[in-house]
Amino acid sequence: MSTLSLAVRDSSTMLRRNLLHARRYPSLTLNLLLTPIMLLLLFVYIFGDVMSAGIGGGSADRSEYVAYIVPGILMMTIGGTVIGAAVSVATDMSEGIIARFRTMAIHRGSVLIGHVVGSVLQCVASVVVVGAVAVAIGFRSTGATVLEWLAAFGLLVLFSLALTWIAVGMGMASPSAEAAGNSAQPLILLPLISSAFIPAGTMPGWFQPIAEYQPFTPAIETLRGLLLGSAIGDNWWIAILWCVGLTALGYRWSTASFNRDPK
Amino acid sequence: MTTTSHSLAIEAKGLRKAYGDRTVLDGIDLAVPAGSIFALLGPNGAGKTTAVKILSTLVTADAGELRVGGHDLASEPQAVRASIGVTGQFSAVDGLITGEENMLLMADLHHLSRSEGRRTAAELLERFDLVEAASKPVSTYSGGMKRRLDIAMTLVGAPRIIFLDEPTTGLDPRSRHTMWGIIRELVSGGVTVFLTTQYLEEADELADRIAVLSNGRIAAEGSAEELKRLVPGGHVRLRFTDPAAYQAAAATLREATADDEALSLQIPSGGSQRELRSILDWLDSAGVEADELTVHTPDLDDVFFALTGGTNLPDQTKETVR
Repeated sequence: MSTLSLAVRDSSTMLRRNLLHARRYPSLTLNLLLTPIMLLLLFVYIFGDVMSAGIGGGSADRSEYVAYIVPGILMMTIGGTVIGAAVSVATDMSEGIIARFRTMAIHRGSVLIGHVVGSVLQCVASVVVVGAVAVAIGFRSTGATVLEWLAAFGLLVLFSLALTWIAVGMGMASPSAEAAGNSAQPLILLPLISSAFIPAGTMPGWFQPIAEYQPFTPAIETLRGLLLGSAIGDNWWIAILWCVGLTALGYRWSTASFNRDPK
Repeated sequence: MTTTSHSLAIEAKGLRKAYGDRTVLDGIDLAVPAGSIFALLGPNGAGKTTAVKILSTLVTADAGELRVGGHDLASEPQAVRASIGVTGQFSAVDGLITGEENMLLMADLHHLSRSEGRRTAAELLERFDLVEAASKPVSTYSGGMKRRLDIAMTLVGAPRIIFLDEPTTGLDPRSRHTMWGIIRELVSGGVTVFLTTQYLEEADELADRIAVLSNGRIAAEGSAEELKRLVPGGHVRLRFTDPAAYQAAAATLREATADDEALSLQIPSGGSQRELRSILDWLDSAGVEADELTVHTPDLDDVFFALTGGTNLPDQTKETVR
């Protein structure tokens, strides 16, 4: 069997194993979904009037703020879902079965690839669920073309992949599942200091560069442009650069820790 | 002459491993013929698990020429992996899924076809008495069931060399005997078994060859019989219940080793019928009447304690303590 077909076959076996885990124990994934949905409802229904007034210079109504916040909430959903990947990788690494996998003639990377693909699929599923809630409370993206929709989907997948590899690296570096959950927390908190809830331009001047150039803001601005037709500018390539960079970094980090001798 | 290396399933020369400045394996040599059971015996912390981890490609050695299944560990680890099966000390099962799903996972990773995988899984579940539990999550299994599943999973790919790291630790006596039966059955099919144990009885019971590991070195190696010959001969033990009778006997039998606490005397004896009769005759003529007489032949316990730092042995070279 060639290396590639071995890699595909073993990785899909590992993926099936991870999806089986997710199906048997859905509470982790479902818990992680709660945060973005609650924040969406909180900002729209509780803070909605003030936020809308701030966005539109005093004249906007709530539906405009719904449109503004949803792209950010979708990206935040990804940030939250990948915490699950960090936790399940850390849990897995503490189990004896990983030692068994290491002594079998299987594709070396398949254990991690199975986790990564599983996590990206969970991200897509979570984005669909949160997106459905958004549509239910009035979010519409009727102006976008099919191509823009496809590009938006591609961006969500790419962003999921990038954050997943980082989360897997965090899971590999953590001594326990709890520690992994804690070290991956920034992935769901980072959107709070991005343009997800308020435009970066309304933040204090010294803080604006941080908000503008962190990975979430360009990704959110690109998604917003694709779904709602706002200006994308340079954001699309900065977002792609971030995704590629984070993927490469997370991949190197994770595989290096996996290939190190276990204790 | 290349035939010797071919008939060896596991071969290690000068195996070394240190964690930081703590030397775990200090240059050990091992030679395990194909189709035999080899036991690595040693107390906790002797380096048994490290040896298994290295030979099963889990951990890299610092030094040593190592071959498993005819393949060099350093240059062809995947070929080694293809010929081995490993059951580690801590169960290598997936607790979140069922026993059957664990078996099918192994079948998939060994690239068996769907029908072949199902058949192999069903056969092994049957053989290890896990049919009833097959559809239950492994997290609900008892320790003995997890061990059996663990071994069943190891056997899915029909490995020619099997590593078992303390296969019976934590098992009740019945499960232990079941496990021994399983191990014997494996070897009757031509498989080589490399097991570690801290139970002397287990090594004596199962192994063709035993190596005693102590402080990262092989203290002795050989068959159980050969090892037993390393320690001085056996003895006859006389026990008394009446202190007065004990005192009288101790005064008469001057060459016996006396244990005042236990009211017992030990007379050196090889344990043959002739030696025993002469002792009995002598006891009769001396008018000694013991309440209990036991014949003690040297067993692996004596070897073990002698080699791993218990009593001093005249014929074993001991390192000077620095």
